[in-house]
Amino acid sequence: MTQSKMKPIPKLSLGPVMFNWSPEKWRDFYFRIADEAPVETVYVGEVVCSKRQPFFDPVIGEVIERLQSAGKEIVLSTLALIMSTRESSLIRDLAADSEFLIEANDISAISLLRGRDHIVGPFINVYNEGTRDFLIARGAKRLCLPFELPATSISAIADSCWGRAELEVQVFGRLPLAISARCYHARSYDLAKDNCQFVCAEDADGMAVNTLDGTPFLSVNGTQTLSRSCQVLGAELSDLRDMGVGTFRLSPMDTDMVAIANGFRSVLDEKEEPAALTRDLQRQLPTVAFSNGFFHGVEGSVYRQQAE
Amino acid sequence: MNKTLELVCPAGNPAALRAAVEAGADCVYLGFRDQTNARNFPGLNFNRSELREGVQYAHEHGVKILLAINTYPKAGDQAPWHTAVDDAADIAVDAVILADIGLLDYATRTHPGLRRHLSVQASASNPEAIRFYRDAFDVKRVVLPRVLTVPEIKTLNAMIGVETEVFAFGGLCVMAEGRCSMSSYITGVSPNKEGVCSPASHVRYEQHQGRLLSKLGDFTINAFSDNEPVGYPTLCKGRFKAGGVTSYLFEEPTSLNVIDILPALIDAGVSALKIEGRQRGKAYVSQVVQAFRKAIDAAQSGLPVETDVLMGISEGGRETQGVYDKRWR
Repeated sequence: MTQSKMKPIPKLSLGPVMFNWSPEKWRDFYFRIADEAPVETVYVGEVVCSKRQPFFDPVIGEVIERLQSAGKEIVLSTLALIMSTRESSLIRDLAADSEFLIEANDISAISLLRGRDHIVGPFINVYNEGTRDFLIARGAKRLCLPFELPATSISAIADSCWGRAELEVQVFGRLPLAISARCYHARSYDLAKDNCQFVCAEDADGMAVNTLDGTPFLSVNGTQTLSRSCQVLGAELSDLRDMGVGTFRLSPMDTDMVAIANGFRSVLDEKEEPAALTRDLQRQLPTVAFSNGFFHGVEGSVYRQQAE
Repeated sequence: MNKTLELVCPAGNPAALRAAVEAGADCVYLGFRDQTNARNFPGLNFNRSELREGVQYAHEHGVKILLAINTYPKAGDQAPWHTAVDDAADIAVDAVILADIGLLDYATRTHPGLRRHLSVQASASNPEAIRFYRDAFDVKRVVLPRVLTVPEIKTLNAMIGVETEVFAFGGLCVMAEGRCSMSSYITGVSPNKEGVCSPASHVRYEQHQGRLLSKLGDFTINAFSDNEPVGYPTLCKGRFKAGGVTSYLFEEPTSLNVIDILPALIDAGVSALKIEGRQRGKAYVSQVVQAFRKAIDAAQSGLPVETDVLMGISEGGRETQGVYDKRWR
């Protein structure tokens, strides 16, 4: 118990861009992150749809170079759902000769990375100590836990994890609630997936889905469905640190992510109160609802205000 | 492909188990009455003595019992899941259906002789993932997630050296199974943790401006005018607004039915067909199992398959071949 209570030095990470941004926008986004964002780790790679990947191939080299020169730890994130033989070989090639750490988001990547340092991504179901221990024994050096876990589970998984593997938790961004073989972007445009015309590129932050009575609900991003709300764990940061979580992930949205990273950095450095961070986020994202319910063990859509 | 295609049938209680056996099931799958299985609904499932009697009854009739322990054990409280596996071994079920890596590891170490199937909730959708579960836990069969077309299943079967089981009839998850938190996002109870999706405890119906709204938690899932049949608010079968259009964005209220493509599935080399519906009554189970028994026997003898026998009992009266047909995607 005492060991697990040691607080690691808190690190910030930037998760992979989930949305289909143009290659120029995507490149410039990472350039600015490299130059300005106080994050230690940057995850890069297409997680949602293998059809998008070729668009980023021409620019990923420059992006990695820029991030490397800025001293960022670079991690390549894999696809979350692998179905075709083409997707399988993409993963095999990546696992075979990557000079960078890989974040496995599908079990096939876990399988291929056995015996080598790697990161277990949030799309792998790590719900308990049994799974944690099995994956650490195979070479996981960091586990980014599923966003659905409540504080009690995060705490139990963090217990006795210290010194064996690092733990990471997403603290900002839309929640990636589901992934499918079916493309809901294409479906909503009456297009077949094979001829999707990349309509997902129309929505840099996902396509807003409302209930019939107009309540904002979900964001469709191709085959992925995210929450419309933005998860914010600000007041919860100190609890997470006490549990032994060392890396805090910001999932990119179509907003000034440098400002958001600065805000979280200030709280982690104890230069700013979480309440001030929340106020700044509300100012920056005035039309976006926040949520933190999963952490508190209730509906994920709920935002529980902390007593100030 | 000369081997026999097994018909795997659901049972939510002892009466449904008997109905499935009588109707011609080769295997019956079921769960304990708690959060260790993915159909944890009130009034459903088996206690230990019911399971013991069920296993005895099934074995007397040459039918196998598969026990689903396919939710993800809770951190800090894995004991109920471990106990479920221990009891499954003690009661001598024919196999356990597991999803969680930690639980598979526990079962492999503690009860190596207990046959293990990989639940659809593990969402193993490619050869490398399946080989992982085969090599690490000696999994003998994989229930495939509903993300693969028939040609993809055929390719997969040639590469894995493990039996595959596919969904044949009933409710249809449109998201990759075990990787969907939409229902827990609005209800707070999770398919992965608590074994419930779109639970009845969170459903309400409300009149609003001449329409009946069906709600799950605080979110409206559908709205019906007077002349429309009112459906259950399963989240991914709801009507939503996106891009100015109101539609069944994810999927219509519909049932999976593969009876039309049975010969193709046999040709693809699948080992077993799974009927969804542990929450259904014995009459439903009996009717569906009989129809599939007849269809499989016909298909395996090279006879024509009667295809329109189940139309009346599909959800919303509509059927789909789902992802098995590429156009669904």
